This record gives sequence, structure tokens and C-alpha cells, in this order.
Amino acid sequence: MTDYADQTSSFNATDFEALERSQDVNVISRPSLSYWQDAWIRLKANKRAITSLYIIVFLLLFTIVGPWVWRIDPAIQDLDQISQPPGTDRSALIVESYVAWDGETDVGNGLRVIGDPNSQAVRLAWDALENANGHRLYRNRFPVGEEMAFGIPLAEYFDNNIVTHEDRLDVRPDTYFYSVVALDDRGQVTDNFQTIEVEVERVTTLAEARERGLVDEGSPLQVGDSINLEAHPLGTDYLGRDMLARLMAGARVSLFIGIGAPTLFVLFGVVFGSVAGFMGGRVDQFMMRFADFVVALPFLLFMILFKIAFGIGPGESGVLPMLIALVVLMWPATARLVRGQIIQIREQGYIEASKLLGASTPYLVLRHMLPNTIGVVLVTLTFEIPRVIFVEAFLSFIGMGVAPPTPSWGSMSNEGIRTMLITPHELIFPALIISITVLAFNLLGDGLRDALDARMRNQE
Amino acid sequence: MSDTSSVALDTDQSFSRSAGKQLLIYAGYGFVFIVALFYFLSVAATQVGGAAGGGAINFEENSITIALRQEPPQLDHTRASDAVSFTVLTHTMEGLLGYDNDNQLTPGVAERWEIREDGATFWLRDNALWSDGQPITAHDFVFGWRKVLDPATASIYAFIMYPIENAEAINSGELPPETLGVRAISDSVLEVSFEQPTPYFEKLVAFQTFYPVRQDFFESTNGRYGADADQLLYNGPYVITEWVHSASMRWEKNPNYWNKNNVGLIDTIEVAYITEDVNAKLNLFKDGQIPNTQLVASMLDSAMEQRWNIDRFMEGSIFWVVSNFREERLTNNYNLRRALQLSVDPVEFVYKVLKEPGYMPGTSMFPYWIKGAENLFRQEHPPIEHVPNEELARQHLEMAKQELQLDEFPPLVMLADDSPVGNMTTEYLQAQFSEKLGLEIRIDKQIFKQRLLKANAGDFDILVNGWSPDYDDILTFGDYFASWNLNNRGRYNNSELDRNVRIGQTSLDQNERMAAFAEVQRITYEDAVVIPLYERGWSFVVDPRLKGFKRRVIGPEVDYRFAYIDRNGSSAD
Amino acid sequence: MWTYSIKRVIQGIITVWFIATATFFAMHSVPGDPLLNDRAMSPEIRANLEAKYGLDQPLLTQYVVYMTNLVRGDLGISFVHENQSVNDIISERFPVSAILGILALFIAAIGGVIWGALTALYRNQLPDYIIMFLVILGISVPSFVVAALSQLFLVNVNELAGRTLLPVAGWGSVLHLLVPALVLGLSTMAYLTRLMRSSMLEITNSDFIRTAKAKGLPPARIFTRHQLRNAILPVVTVLGPQVAIITTGGFVVEIVFAIPGLGRFFVEAVQQLDYTVIMGTTVFYGAFLVVMVILVDLIYGYIDPRIKLEQ
Repeated sequence: MTDYADQTSSFNATDFEALERSQDVNVISRPSLSYWQDAWIRLKANKRAITSLYIIVFLLLFTIVGPWVWRIDPAIQDLDQISQPPGTDRSALIVESYVAWDGETDVGNGLRVIGDPNSQAVRLAWDALENANGHRLYRNRFPVGEEMAFGIPLAEYFDNNIVTHEDRLDVRPDTYFYSVVALDDRGQVTDNFQTIEVEVERVTTLAEARERGLVDEGSPLQVGDSINLEAHPLGTDYLGRDMLARLMAGARVSLFIGIGAPTLFVLFGVVFGSVAGFMGGRVDQFMMRFADFVVALPFLLFMILFKIAFGIGPGESGVLPMLIALVVLMWPATARLVRGQIIQIREQGYIEASKLLGASTPYLVLRHMLPNTIGVVLVTLTFEIPRVIFVEAFLSFIGMGVAPPTPSWGSMSNEGIRTMLITPHELIFPALIISITVLAFNLLGDGLRDALDARMRNQE
Repeated sequence: MSDTSSVALDTDQSFSRSAGKQLLIYAGYGFVFIVALFYFLSVAATQVGGAAGGGAINFEENSITIALRQEPPQLDHTRASDAVSFTVLTHTMEGLLGYDNDNQLTPGVAERWEIREDGATFWLRDNALWSDGQPITAHDFVFGWRKVLDPATASIYAFIMYPIENAEAINSGELPPETLGVRAISDSVLEVSFEQPTPYFEKLVAFQTFYPVRQDFFESTNGRYGADADQLLYNGPYVITEWVHSASMRWEKNPNYWNKNNVGLIDTIEVAYITEDVNAKLNLFKDGQIPNTQLVASMLDSAMEQRWNIDRFMEGSIFWVVSNFREERLTNNYNLRRALQLSVDPVEFVYKVLKEPGYMPGTSMFPYWIKGAENLFRQEHPPIEHVPNEELARQHLEMAKQELQLDEFPPLVMLADDSPVGNMTTEYLQAQFSEKLGLEIRIDKQIFKQRLLKANAGDFDILVNGWSPDYDDILTFGDYFASWNLNNRGRYNNSELDRNVRIGQTSLDQNERMAAFAEVQRITYEDAVVIPLYERGWSFVVDPRLKGFKRRVIGPEVDYRFAYIDRNGSSAD
Repeated sequence: MWTYSIKRVIQGIITVWFIATATFFAMHSVPGDPLLNDRAMSPEIRANLEAKYGLDQPLLTQYVVYMTNLVRGDLGISFVHENQSVNDIISERFPVSAILGILALFIAAIGGVIWGALTALYRNQLPDYIIMFLVILGISVPSFVVAALSQLFLVNVNELAGRTLLPVAGWGSVLHLLVPALVLGLSTMAYLTRLMRSSMLEITNSDFIRTAKAKGLPPARIFTRHQLRNAILPVVTVLGPQVAIITTGGFVVEIVFAIPGLGRFFVEAVQQLDYTVIMGTTVFYGAFLVVMVILVDLIYGYIDPRIKLEQ
């Protein structure tokens, strides 16, 4: 104890002088970061989230800028190139315009080709087969073989005098095996047949080439020359429409719904939830019960119901009814979340302090409460977007989505799935882009959550 | 936490190892649980869904397993109106007359018959029995037909009986059902009197709505007639012994059927799959689970690769674009309609867009298979050749513009069904009209019943729809555009056409009738009433072991009545 | 506990009433007419049909009649499948959907827990990467694509094997169930795996695990008693809503695999505008979901003593 007494006695006057203001106090050893800057740094450190962000930016560019770069009308039907996978040879020979065949044949024996077989038409003639009671004409991509598989039946003629046929059914540049088979007196196929191999060439006409702008008006192109048809980097669909242009147009619908609907219902949920949370008591009880009711509605069933209930008028694509239905049905999750947050924040000390300092209610809500929920809301939003994109795709898939000819990724997949075996590119591209989009938003959502939600930090 | 993990890396690994082991044990439990659950649920599944078939063709049992397109809504033929119900009914019931395997009219319950100008008489065979062994009498037909026309039944197909005396009045409630012009002179003689001469009546009575119903059985079902397998009495080649709704059915040979030696050669037909998904059916066929399936254009390449024997048949229906003739509609203008007509090329549409080898480009409102006086109608009366002409189309459009005093055409509304082919059609037409004529088309795509509602209300400019035949006579198409026909949804009203339809309905001279319908054919083309797009047909493939299987225009879509199993047919694979 | 349960049940009943009302008015504002058919009918026949279904009554009367019948458990008669009551239709088809759904749910739940635990255990090692990659695929590929591809896969496998190893479509045996149930459960399994993983990681880093380790408890015991048990809780909470997703998400699988379930039937009924079936199915599903959610809540309160149900 005495030691202390000694020390106190050793104070002198200088000890009680004011210290000089040190410069060091104002120097902050680490940079000052706002909540958002901090979050951004965390997000940047997350490679997956950043890649996803790039992908999303690219998708938006694809949707908005894409149509300016790739200026092909998604509704234009290129009937010479239907269901073409990407990278197909597109050279075509210029021939005369198609003239209906008068059935004139040159003399010859058996099944034979009249004129040049090309993608306009293949003209066939034959001599009546022995004991035939009419004929049936087939086309195959393989030789007949011992299974007697003749291929696709093109036509039957119950008249031995008809011995010509013009095949214009989806004639492609390929090797075909045509067979003519004799029919018996009951119209049944017999095993009496002739077959012929035909090499078909892709052609187009001068008029068509000009009309489509493949060549200039004054170019010296003439019959017999060869040109390239339009390029379709991702191929064409079942009506010969450009897949790339359709994907861009489809992106507009899918992303509009995918981003628009969540934005709207999340906003609504924020308003609803914050009102409920702030008011508390009976109002809160009532509002939340209502939200419970809406949650209890079987979601997909009601989506379908709404879709037909709102009905779509002629020429409308049905985007709006779908948007409304989504907003009506999907807001409660956000509302609940925001309400929970608001209730939590309401009890915080700084709110009390702010109240004591005389803050008005709007100030409290706008300045303290909403900004503190915005992280959660943003994370919800990024997770709702892929969900809605899925719902849109699903509805379009079962034929309850947007109306043609407006494309959406879902309806394109639906169309593609029917021809999955032969032209897989019609399914693969839209399905792939749906998957990539959903994936990107999910990963970005993960990253945002990690960056914004302190509780979840350091988990990975 | 990084400090602890770096220090305790070693222990962490051993932790993971033993925890992993534990997890593996749990996974094992989980697996066993799921397997047990599987077993338990599959036992339950056979209880609720009916068992699936075991292969397409069974030699030993002389049975086959098939798929149906849809579940029949119910099998009371007096009210049936859909193709699948008609298909099932053709296998389980028989009318006065029927069709044989070559589509020729043959005697059914009636042994012989006579059609007169004022009526008809049918003599019933005495060995025709109901599936419970009781004989079929003329009274059963009288009861059945009265029931169809009874307004309380609200049968959609009641109109098909209107040629019978008083039928229409009874159906609209003006007369009691007892006044119908049908009498049972005895148990085996049925007498019919006509409202007006009906030369095609023998073809009508082969239709499903004309099947008999036995009164005592009908009354014993308490209004559930046709709802279940045991709520039906059969008189055809098969009886339904089991019907698990929307899952499966079993048809067994009817031992009491009079013609059992010639019709119904397969003992049991299991309907194990009810699905409209053509891809699923193709997969079932490939897998040897069903003996036949339809092939759509996209499947043909792989079908050729599989080296299947592909067959085709015309389904009978025709699809077309009709215009709206109501006063306020622009399409009431001839030149506009003509412009539309001239810019459609059905040949290009079918060959390049639809690409279905079964389809035929439309050339007339009458399909090619319609019979004329001697030969096919279209051989006797060839339709006007349709030559698409863009130039001419634009000229007509110009004229229409002047007549209607329009600077610019407002968008036209095209009403269509929401179906895959419907979509192709509307999108193709929309592009054509816009490219060739610069017309804006608004597609109004609706589910079936909403489309019908709008079509009935005249809520369209152009309507894409189809028509399938009810009976094997040209009239089934011929009166479509008659002003009194409620199916004429564009309300086309042309007295000259009406006059010709009247002749076609009542004349007993086949040549005169056909000439009248040739006029109808000409008017509908020249006045641009209808633009035929295509006649529908299917490509299909049948297991080579199944012979005698047919698909038909009139009657059942798929017909197994004359099918039999050929042991020597090569296998499907 | 009891008062809470009773309160929840009453709330559930009100919810079902709300669903029924919403469905009724949504349905009756649909443009279209369930009575129409391809062959035009005369006004007299129409009037008869309308009387049969009570469509000639004012809307409010129809509503009262509908609700009275609903209370009696009568959902009416189908418009398309005349002579069949909606009750029969549901009782025939729902078990099919339910069997598929239960199976899919258990596959998803068990699979999700095990995969999730595994990834957490081997965090940032090969098993983690592989499983998480599959999970990401499961989450981002639409179910219709998965269903169609898996059916195609089955066909090819059968073709290679030269006989039917697994049926490609239809309903009936244990083998018919396998692939549809897997496809149906896939996205839920992926979701649960992710959930389980993050919940496991959170627990692994918590103090009581460190204490347990420090105490020298055997690892297997720590893992099962402390980690798994606690990590499973959030998975159980989401099971309620997932039941909803799985049972109604059955459409696609039922369509692709030709399974005679209620989901497929609902889509058909919508196409046909079969009012009574649409309303009946929606109300039934709504009631079913309400019951499931209440059940899951009660179970949750039972297994997690930290939750006070009275709250």
C-alpha cells in the first residue's frame, strides 16, 4: 500500500497538462468498409459466384444486345433448311424454278428416275409389276435387305395405269432407296418389288436466292452455279427458324418472367411483411394468416388454373397473365421472412435509441429497418429467379405457358423433346441455356448469402 | 477455426474414417429400408393401378397387350361421342349392320334388311344373343334409339337419328319418345319410318349410336349404365371383364357372340397402357410391350434404322381453314378470302413443314376416300386445281382494300386448337400471310373447349379446325356448310349450296346426288369458303406376328376384331 | 400441446375453406364451357345438360350447393367421365400418385441426408466435389428433360440387354416404380443434400462438438449422436413443403412414364374444362398439403425439444 502512496506523491504539474493531439488517431490501419463494400469484397473472393455473375451479365447482353448483333428475325421460316443441326453443309445448286410435272416420262425399263433428283422433287416412273393390282411406293434410307423393310410408304395407287410418282415429301440431300411394291387384289403388300438408289442434291432457285438476299440483284449468278444458303450457327427448328435468334427472343420472355416476377413479388412481400412486422398485434396476426392461406394453395395446380382463368386474347403471348399469377401466388415466403427480420430489428437497442432521439416512424422504417433486411431480400431474390424460370419452363412444357409464336426456353424444349431422337439440337440448346441460367443464379445466390449474411460466413 | 483444423489434421482424418464407416452403416440401413418400402409399395401398387401386361404377344394364352390413346369417358353408347369410346364399343357391341375387314357393309344383328323411300325394315337373326345369354330383340333397338333421342339423355350424337320420323321433334322435347318412327313388329322384325327419304340409312345404322340397349338391364344399373365393366351388357365379339379406370382394361372373347368363329380371333386383349404420349408408346413398342404404335415424322428415321415394316393409313378426317361470314367480319369480303386462299400452298405445308408421310395435301372439302356413285367421288368429280399465286393474291387484297375502304388491314384473328400440329399450322399460316400479303395475324390459341366456345360465338376471322366422318357417306362432309348446320361455325349462307345439299340428302339417284355434291365442292372453292390444308393419315408399325390388324376411317381407329397371332411371323427385334 | 394441435386443426379447416372458395371462383371465371363438344348441340340438349350439373343456377346458389356438398364429402360428378363421381376418381388415382410420391420422398430424404453428411465429412475432397457436381446438375436440369432422357436411356439399356430389364412405361410391378420414383425424387434429393451439407458444416464448427471431441468421446458416437441428429432437424422442417412439391410435381413423370396418377389426370381435366374434377382435385390436394404441413410441424415439435409448440 505504501508503494502506491509513494507513487501518488510523485505526480508533478506536467502530468496534468493536456496531451498534444496525436496524428495517429485518425489513421485507420485497415480501409474503412461499408456493409456493401465488405460484401462486395467477399463476393469477389468467391470464384464461383463471380463466374456466375459474369454468366448472368452475358445472358443479359445476349438478350438485350444479341438481337442487334444477330439480326435474323426469329419468326422467319427458312423452309429449305428445316430442323438442320448446326454445322450442316449449306451449299446449294441453282436450278430453274419448280414447274409442276405433267407426268411425261422417257422410255426405259423398270423403276427409274426422270430428270435430276434434287431437293425440289424426285420424279419416278416404273412399269406395272407382274400380277400387280396397283402399287405402293416406298422411300428408305437403307437398302431393303432381307427383312423386306421398304422404309416410308409414300403413296399407293390402286390402278396399274398410274406408274409415276413425284416425291416432294421432305426431300433432303441424301441417298435414298426407292421401292415400288405390287399390291394384291385386297390391297395388301406382296413381296414382288423393284428398288432403286437415288442421290439427291440440294438446290435452290435464282428467284429464291434473290428474295432471301443471298445474292445481289445484279449478280451474274445463273442456273448451274452453286451458292451457300443462310448460315444458322445453332441450326434451325422444325419450321426452319433460326435457333440462335429464337433463343434470344426466348430469353426475352424467360428472363422477363424470371426476373420480373420475382422482383415484383419480392417487393410486394417486403411491403406486406414490413407492415405486418411493424404493426404487430392483431394486424400482424391477420396478415400472416392470410399469407398462410395463400401458401396453402397447391402451387402448380393454381398456376394452371390462373393461366386458363385469366385467359389470353388473340395475339397476346400470355406473358402478363403468367406474371400476375406468379406474383399472386409467390409473395408470402418473402413476406414471412421480412416480417421475421423486422420483428427482430424492432427489438434492437439502436431502434430504441433512435426512437428516444425522436425519429419518426417512416424514418425508422426507411432508415433502419429496410436497409437491414435488404441483404436477406437480395438473397431471396436470387434464389427465387431460378425457381420462377423453372416454373415458366414447366408450364410452357405442358402447354400452359406462353402462346406461340412467342418463343420461351420452356416451349422450345417442349417442341424439341418431340424430336429428341433425330434432331437433338432442338432440345439441347434450350435445355442447356435453362440449366446454365438456373445454375448461375443459384451459385450467385449462394455467394451473396455467404457475403451478406454474417451468420453464414466462414462456412466454406 | 483454421487454427484447430491445421493442428488436428491427423485426428480429423481418423474422425472422418470412423464417421464415414458409421455413415456407411446408416446408408446400408437406408438402402434396406428403401428396398423394403419398394416391395411393400409395389404390392400396394398392384392393388390400386391394375397389373401391367407381360409382353405384346402371348402365344400360349392367345392374348395380346395393347395401349389405348385415352380412357373412354364412359361406355354408354347412347351418349358416347369420342373416338376412343367408339373404338372400345366396336369391339364389345354390334349394331344391325357392321363392316367387314375390307370395309364392306355386312349383316350384323340384322340378317337381312330393306331400305325404301319412306322407311326400312330389318329382320333380326335369332342366334344373336346378349352376353348374359338372352336373345336380342327388336325391342332392344326401339328402347335404345328412343333413349338416344330422349332430351333427358342429352346425347350429343342424337342428330344422327334425325332422318327417322319425329326424331328431331322428340329430341327438342316437342313430342314424347314413344312417337318415334321405330316399331318392333315382332321380336325379330324392326320397322323404321323416315322423316324424308334417306338413301344412306343402311350406312347410318352401322354407327355406334344405333346399338341396342336392353331395358331391364339398363334400369337395373340405376343410371350408372356404362360407367364400369359390370354396368354394361355386351353383344359384340368381346366383353370387358375388368376396367380399372384410366389404368387398364381386359377384353375377353364373348362366348355368346353369334359370329365368334369369324370375328374376335384373339382370346384376350389386355389394355395395359392408357397414354397419349407417342414417344412413350414408341418406347413400349421397341421394348416389345405393345404390338403396334403410331409413328410421327420425327420417328421415321430411327424406324428405318430399326428396319421395321412401316405401314400407313388415311384416318379419314380433313383439316381446313374456314372464314367467318358474319356481317361485321372482314372475311365476309370475297376478295380478302380469295387473297388468303391464293397465298396458301397446302403442298408445301404438308411436304416441307408437317413432313408426315401419312398426310395428304388438301385439295377439296371432300377427302379422297369418299365414295361416289361408282368409284371414288374425286375420281368422278375432280376438284378445281388449286394453284397458289402470290401476285394474284396481292391483287385481290388490293381490291378488298378498296371495297372495304380501308387504308390498312387491321389484324385478323386466327382461332385454333392448342395442340402440337395446331401450333405448326398457325405459325406457318401466320408467317405466310405476313410474308406474302403483309397481313398481320393474331393467333388465338385455346384449349379445345374454349376454342369451341369462341368458334360457336363467331369470335374469329379465320378458324383452323378439322372434321372427321361419322358414317360412310359423302353427306357426312357434304352438309357441313349448309346454312342450317350448327357445325358451320363461320355461318356460311348460300342458297345455291343449300339447294344442292338438299338434293344430296334426299335424292335416291346416286348420280344426281354426286353431281349435287360436285356443285358443293365447286362453290366452296370458288367462293373461297374453305381452304383445305391436309387430310390426316398416320404412319404406323405393327409387330409382324400380329396379322389382320387394321386401322379404319369409319368405325374404330384401331381394329383388333379380325386380328390373329401368326407364330411364324418374324419377331419384332 | 393439445390446445396448439386443436388451434392448428381449426386453422387448417379455414385454410381448406379458403382454397375451396378460391378454386370455385377462379374456375367459374374461366372463359369456356365444359359442356361443349365437337358436334354442335341444340339449345334443348344444352338446357338439359345445364340442369343436370346445376349450371343454370345463379353463381352464389351454385357456390352454396358446392360448399354444402363439400362438407358432406361429396365432390360431385365429372363432366367428361359422366357417371363417375369425383370421389371415385380421386380414390382410384390418388393412391397411385401417393405411392410414387412416398417412394420418391423417402429416396430423396434418405439419399439427401446420406449424401449431405458424406460431402460435409469429406469437405473439399474428391467425394465432395463429385457429389456437389451431381447436386448442381440435379438442381439445374429441368425435370422434364431428366424424365425424357431417362426413359430413352431405359430403352437403350433394354435394347443392349436384348430383353426388358426395366419396363419403360406403365404401372404395376416393383420395376415400374423404380425409375419414375428416382426421377421424381431427384431434384428434392439434390436440394436436401445441399441443405444437409450446410447444416452439417454449421454443427461441425459449433462449440459442443469441440467439447465432445475434447472430452474424448468416440468419433462414431460424436458423429451420430451429436452431428447427424442435430443436422437432420432443418431437413425435417422442409419435408412438409417438399411433400407438396413432390406430389404435385408428379405431372411430368406421370405423363412421360404413362402412370395413371392424379397429376396427369388433373392436366387432362384442365384441357377438358372438367369443372368438378378440377375443383375436387385442387381442394383435395390443398387439404392433403395442409394436413401434411400440420403433421410435420407436430413431429418437429416432438423431436426437437427446443421448439415450444405453444409459440
